[in-house]
Amino acid sequence: MKVRVHVSLKNGVLDPQGRAIHHALEGLGFAGVKDVRAGRLFELDVADDTSDEALDEMCRKLLANMVIENYRIEKVAA
Amino acid sequence: MPFTSAVITFPGSNCDRDMAVAVEEVCGGTVHRVWHGDASLPEGVDFIAVPGGFSYGDYLRSGAMAARSPIMQAVVEAAGRGVPVLGVCNGFQILTEAGLLPGALMRNAGIRFVCREVPLKVENSQSLFTQRYFKNQVITVPVAHHDGNYFADAETLDRLEGEGRVAFRYAEPVNGSQRDIAGVLNEAGNVLGMMPHPERMIEAAQGGTDGRKLFEGVLAGLNVSA
Repeated sequence: MKVRVHVSLKNGVLDPQGRAIHHALEGLGFAGVKDVRAGRLFELDVADDTSDEALDEMCRKLLANMVIENYRIEKVAA
Repeated sequence: MPFTSAVITFPGSNCDRDMAVAVEEVCGGTVHRVWHGDASLPEGVDFIAVPGGFSYGDYLRSGAMAARSPIMQAVVEAAGRGVPVLGVCNGFQILTEAGLLPGALMRNAGIRFVCREVPLKVENSQSLFTQRYFKNQVITVPVAHHDGNYFADAETLDRLEGEGRVAFRYAEPVNGSQRDIAGVLNEAGNVLGMMPHPERMIEAAQGGTDGRKLFEGVLAGLNVSA
């Protein structure tokens, strides 16, 4: 089973990298970019019988830092 | 009992030797070098230092991989028993990732790596680690980090301030840290995490000795001989 885990910063957490990317886009002449938030994407290939609880635990224990980040699990059709 | 300490080394640690030398110089006793893959700490350990560096190449998040290494379970257990634990720089990141300290260390607000001496204000002079300093004393200690921007939610920050758990604050802007926090204590006061490097200010030849008193405090707080 292929699973994508999207990890993003929580609202209200300042994102210096996103801000720098935002400035760079403006520098390239792209107008109308209002905000940029940088995140992370993990693509996991796990056993088909992996439970949702186990996936949740992987995110909470390692893939995301719950102090500053949220995560979203997306199961990808084969 | 002679002073027994442990300095943990992870793959990518690079301040572990400096830390071991500083602890030996100021506290004496026996400094054990402990590898991240070890499952246990030396018998009767009095003090544990988690040093700076770039453990696991800062993969995933700074300190994230190291926090899940075998030795950290033993460090968490020891901290729970009241053994003093000091985390410096990457060590601070590791202690937050391990859940021993609140908050997180994010990319510096200015994006750049910051490597210079900074003025540090002692906010709490009652803790084990800071008892040899005066409250509001300003000391000079170097920083060298990319991810030192301390973040916690407002409620956590208020609690830390209210409980005297902000040990050190930058006396000038350095990395965008919330409320200029440079070092925090755990609830019991036996775990300190800080981004600046006290182990690099031990002898005059290093440019100053403001870091000595931190290690002197640890030694003084323990009923052991040097």
